Amino acid sequence: MNKTSYNVDKKGFYGPYGGAYIPEMLYPNIKELEEKYLGIIESESFRTEFHYLLRDYVGRPTPLYFAKRLSDRYGSNIFLKREDLNHTGAHKINNTVGQIILARHLGKHRIIAETGAGQHGVATATVCARAGLNCIVYMGALDVERQAPNVRKMQMLGAEVIPVHSGNKTLKDATNQAIRDWINNPVDTHYIIGSVVGPHPYPDMVTRFQSVISEEMKVQLTEKTGRDYPDVIMACVGGGSNAAGAYYHYLHNEQVRLLSVEAAGKGVDSGESAATSTLGSDGIIHGSRTLLMQDVDGQITEPYSISAGLDYPGVGPIHAWLKMSGRAEIINVTDDEALHAAYLLSKLEGIIPALETAHAVAALDHVKPDPEQNIVINLSGRGDKDMEAYTENLPNKI
Amino acid sequence: MNRIDQLFRRKNNRILSVYMTAGYPRIGDTVEIIKALESSGVDMIEIGIPFSDPLADGEVIQKSSQQALENGMSLKLLFSQLKGIRSFVNTPLVLMGYLNPVLAYGFRKFIEDAVRVGIDGLILPDLPLEIYRESFREDLEDSGMKYIMLITPQTSENRIREIVGNSGGFLYMVADSATTGARNEITGAQVEYFRRVGAMKLHIPRLIGFGISNAETFNRASSFANGAIIGSAFISALGDEKKQPIADKVEEFVASIIQHP
Repeated sequence: MNKTSYNVDKKGFYGPYGGAYIPEMLYPNIKELEEKYLGIIESESFRTEFHYLLRDYVGRPTPLYFAKRLSDRYGSNIFLKREDLNHTGAHKINNTVGQIILARHLGKHRIIAETGAGQHGVATATVCARAGLNCIVYMGALDVERQAPNVRKMQMLGAEVIPVHSGNKTLKDATNQAIRDWINNPVDTHYIIGSVVGPHPYPDMVTRFQSVISEEMKVQLTEKTGRDYPDVIMACVGGGSNAAGAYYHYLHNEQVRLLSVEAAGKGVDSGESAATSTLGSDGIIHGSRTLLMQDVDGQITEPYSISAGLDYPGVGPIHAWLKMSGRAEIINVTDDEALHAAYLLSKLEGIIPALETAHAVAALDHVKPDPEQNIVINLSGRGDKDMEAYTENLPNKI
Repeated sequence: MNRIDQLFRRKNNRILSVYMTAGYPRIGDTVEIIKALESSGVDMIEIGIPFSDPLADGEVIQKSSQQALENGMSLKLLFSQLKGIRSFVNTPLVLMGYLNPVLAYGFRKFIEDAVRVGIDGLILPDLPLEIYRESFREDLEDSGMKYIMLITPQTSENRIREIVGNSGGFLYMVADSATTGARNEITGAQVEYFRRVGAMKLHIPRLIGFGISNAETFNRASSFANGAIIGSAFISALGDEKKQPIADKVEEFVASIIQHP
């Protein structure tokens, strides 16, 4: 009997999800990537440079921190994988460092990216500055207004930030516009997509770049617990890149429970939610077959979450498959729960998490931790960018 | 015989195909625009199914799609508007849209309903050759409708032949590496691409689309293929502020294109 595989297959699918549903205009670009990406990222020269940059530029390995006071509160052993300590403040840079080296191997000298909250945009602008490459970041016009500090960072790093006025003017529309740019500039441009979404091979490629997270966890857990795997991994999922990286080396170890935390916004059934895996259905978004939020006519709907990094209407195809195959469990966390968790983590551990990450922390209230268990929460990003939301929303709530 | 095949048997040059967005500018305009296009002398009509996230489209068609959706357009409504249209319209009708709304409707049901109202061909830009061949081709070919596929200046000769071998009706030559939208000229590089594909002696008619916007670009494109497709420029003409019956706008626009070369 074949065991279920959670890795991408030869045609670019995870079970029924994934693939490359792209217009013919993108075929040469996607085909080139598909044919070359494994050869490049598995080459000695790529690996050497990637690991050098992750160490000396990004600051890896990131610590696996035993959160004593949080553990006491929940009666369990809780470890935090400190992706918030990376350069630029989140896991996003693991991917952009990999993709910028790949772009050079492909001979591309113009880089485009989409961004929602701005974290991926900053991480892309950062690696482009270092590589001396032109960088254009598409950002929904609404997000440009809401995330002004990140816009200024990208500009200071030399990137051009183009506000996108189509649709609802958020991440989904920024992604559409980045794809349109790529259609219009197929020869010289590489598109650095920010999550495990988009047409094959992007979901697999981004997953591999992020898999350094679980690679390090194996070593660090062995040192701290005497065993290279935890009982539970918890991670927030928008598109799902930090979760994919934290799960990667444990996908086929069924002793590890995978808990994917999605943003329920004002409540799963409130009509203002980003709980894609719970509310979504099978469809095509941004070139990939996956679960997405849509109306009965197949029009993609706008999700809502207080966290700009989680309000994506789709989810990476790997996560659609992990959910539908039963490998991962989905937990929905509301805006209020996330805000409370952010304050809790700040007070107990002296760590201000990103709003996205706060959803993963809040999910501790949804599981019944066992005193014997080792739980890893992937602390995907830090909260500097969210101080406005934290100060505005909290005084009357806690 | 399929009306697209009939058309190309009867006429093989200066074929004018016009793209319209269903439900734009007003929800009830769809059939009236089709009638006016036919009476103005257009050879083929592409009816766009509006989608929230049209990846291959420029600003004009993005906006018309958004407006059509706000007007309440859906596949269900479109099929009910088109019901009975074959009692007064003979022009080949092609549906063009993105895959997601079609999947949400149900692919088989979509094919059945399209055939029932008299649709002759289908263009789904984000359904690539490989996936079409594996999962959709059989149902589509059984229906008698033609599946029309796109090529671009970057499409290799081998792939063009593969696409031609798997599609029907005509070959949709995307004029430029670009999203849809009016442009004012045809460049030397584009001419080289049109000639290269022409020299392949394909046994399928060729129409050039994307960037064709006026009599000049239509005439020039027609000199390298069997005709051309106009979309964004037509949508812009429909959307202008002039207080004028929609049929008059259609007639004026088409007359401006098919003036003698």
